[in-house]
Amino acid sequence: MEKNLELRGKKEMESKGELTQRRPVFIPAVDIFENKEALVLIADMPGVTNDGVEIHLEDSELTIRGKVVEEEQTAMPVYTEYRSGDYYRSFTLSNVIDQQKIEASMKDGVLKIILPKAETAKPRQITVKAG
Amino acid sequence: MTGLRAKSPRGANLVIWAGVSDAETRSKEKISKGGDHMAILRWRDPFETTAFTELNRLQEEMNMLFDRFFGERTPVRNAGVFPAVNVSQDDDNVYITAELPGIAGKDLDITVEEDTVLVRGERKAEPEGEDVSYHRRERGEGKFSRTVTLPTRIVADKATAETKDGILRLTLPKAEEVKPKKIEIKVG
Repeated sequence: MEKNLELRGKKEMESKGELTQRRPVFIPAVDIFENKEALVLIADMPGVTNDGVEIHLEDSELTIRGKVVEEEQTAMPVYTEYRSGDYYRSFTLSNVIDQQKIEASMKDGVLKIILPKAETAKPRQITVKAG
Repeated sequence: MTGLRAKSPRGANLVIWAGVSDAETRSKEKISKGGDHMAILRWRDPFETTAFTELNRLQEEMNMLFDRFFGERTPVRNAGVFPAVNVSQDDDNVYITAELPGIAGKDLDITVEEDTVLVRGERKAEPEGEDVSYHRRERGEGKFSRTVTLPTRIVADKATAETKDGILRLTLPKAEEVKPKKIEIKVG
């Protein structure tokens, strides 16, 4: 059967502190998967350019932030189904990441971060010696 | 032969439909008409009285009330079909924007008619390589198609579309006869 892409409303973040702006902040939808080498995070952040992304990794907490450049609205809205705003989400990573080798790219409003695992965190096969 | 006919599947069908109340039949028709191609500007049936639709209407009205209270210029609605679109207009054009992250222009198929726009496309899964395990999977992939009914007639030949950073923007020039005209008043 063909799979259809379903509408998932944007989740707005409930801010803990006082916001300095009136625009909403959304929690981007993400895919996170890992293979032997790395942990890969993909986040939907439509409207965010290369320069608008901020990635922060401290200890095991990864934070992503996406800023959307607000366009001057001259046209009158007729029908509104989504709102624009910035993106923010943080994760706690369980793996040990090699911070020097983190790669991030932005394409068509999708952020992809590759977080290579540190040597010590890679799975090792342990052979049991017959005594 | 009449007895036999009543036992045929067609006959049985008829009996079931006869048992459904008028209002229910109407709501069923609505659902089957909806599907993927849902028009954004729908006429509300003033005689629609099932509890479900009434509840929906109430919810929508409450949302609108909240949106207005918190200073939104227009209430945010939900058509239930991907992608969500925003429609706006000025004197010359109708604009449609949609958030389509991860969908390049070549994966989109846009058909423009006099007063409807059909946006179809597919989001393909990210190539992930071998031996992966997922921690989270929220983005989803697959095909989509969305019809938007426009507020006015447009010139389909002059419509333009562009995608930038995962946002699709359609510019649809209004038909000459629907553009607002200024009427000069002569001072006699």
